Amino acid sequence: MLKARVIPTLLWKQYGLVKGVGFDSWRRVGPVLPAVKVYNQREVDELILVDIVAHDSGDDPDFESIAEFGQDCFVPLTVGGGVTRIEHVQRMLRSGADKVAVNTVAYDRPEFVTEIARRHGAQCVVASIDVRGSHRDGWQCHSHAGKVPTGRDVRAWVRELEDRGAGEILITSIDRDGTMTGYDLPLIEAVVKEVKIPVIASGGAGNYRHMVEAVVQAGASAVAAASIFHFTEQTPAEAKAALAQAGVPVRSSFVLEAAAC
Amino acid sequence: MKVGVLDYGVGNLGSVVQALQELRVVTTLVTRAMDIHGMDALILPGVGNFADCARVLEEGGWFAALREEVQGAGKPLLGVCVGMQLLADYSTEGTPTGSNAHASGLGFVPGHVEHLRVQGCDLRVPHVGWNAVAPQSSRGGLFHRIPSGTDFYFVHSYAFLTADPGDILATTEYGIRFTAAVRRGKVWGTQFHPEKSSRAGFQLLSNFIENPEC
Repeated sequence: MLKARVIPTLLWKQYGLVKGVGFDSWRRVGPVLPAVKVYNQREVDELILVDIVAHDSGDDPDFESIAEFGQDCFVPLTVGGGVTRIEHVQRMLRSGADKVAVNTVAYDRPEFVTEIARRHGAQCVVASIDVRGSHRDGWQCHSHAGKVPTGRDVRAWVRELEDRGAGEILITSIDRDGTMTGYDLPLIEAVVKEVKIPVIASGGAGNYRHMVEAVVQAGASAVAAASIFHFTEQTPAEAKAALAQAGVPVRSSFVLEAAAC
Repeated sequence: MKVGVLDYGVGNLGSVVQALQELRVVTTLVTRAMDIHGMDALILPGVGNFADCARVLEEGGWFAALREEVQGAGKPLLGVCVGMQLLADYSTEGTPTGSNAHASGLGFVPGHVEHLRVQGCDLRVPHVGWNAVAPQSSRGGLFHRIPSGTDFYFVHSYAFLTADPGDILATTEYGIRFTAAVRRGKVWGTQFHPEKSSRAGFQLLSNFIENPEC
């Protein structure tokens, strides 16, 4: 049976990891490389690494750093930030990324999603979407790390991204981001209902119960979280134990069988 | 023992090479088809579109070189993900609707590659994440010391349908039961990514290199 994934999100700005609240008031939380190494050693299910200022500079993504981070990562790695050309995708994959997250560029050129899917397969395109709003007023998609409202409604947008070839949706509530008050469950559920590709819930996880809710109630295939791992004693391993307790299948650690020949 | 990882311009080869180096195996990224002749064992990675991979391999002379080295000289070969699918006769991926012009593979393991939906899977596709792999025979070979039910990392929309059920080495359940690994003689393939499956993956790669036949 397919397992629910617990995915630490590492947000990266210039030389270090950061974490904010509502995509603002960023705090430095340490260097990137040791974090990747520790998560790899602890055999997390997957890692998401996003350069949150790459879209600002207009420069190419920092492939050298990505290669350095990818080198010691033997679990799947999704890399995002500043991807605007097909060559970027190619270089990221060669630098150790398994999947590439696209966000801002997709609003300007939705056909770029199709181009990546054709060249490298739908499985390597993670469509990352940041939204503000609520169940009552609807959710509006925002580009440029949450700064620019796009006028697009999340339901229509996820459908379009799926049609254009995205392999997964990473849906983040900006309002919940960093608050640790729980995922926006109606949002996750709305997106899950809209598409037939896997959905990763993001924004607001503060405890393990929140993760159980996102999977069991809202139907997410995976849960991403940052603050809970940066700022509390809670760990991905314990999160998975809590999910298992709630009846959600999770991956258990590999145990080498005794050699019996 | 020199292991050659075929670098024909697609996908994430970094992690395959890193994983092999972690196992202290002498690994070479082979960038020209003619250079595979100096290798003792070969790994064929692959991500993305089957038809694109097959075209690049054919044009670069890789198919011919592989036939010579694997079918002719009997060198062990491990195909990973689309690399495993390329062992088949053909895939329906990349074929325009209504057309019968399927992209041809190597034909080392008879059978073809078909979309999971067409195979009857009604769950979310792509199949992404960690899923349990059940080897057909409990011991030895590629799954030596890997318990049945061990989770490996998958990310794919198509899967292999072998012509000979005897070539199925392991299966996985995702709405349907599909082929997770194949073996025919000295040719192996895994639909999952051992290089991204942490310690379970290392064990499998080490089994391929050491080939414990116990």
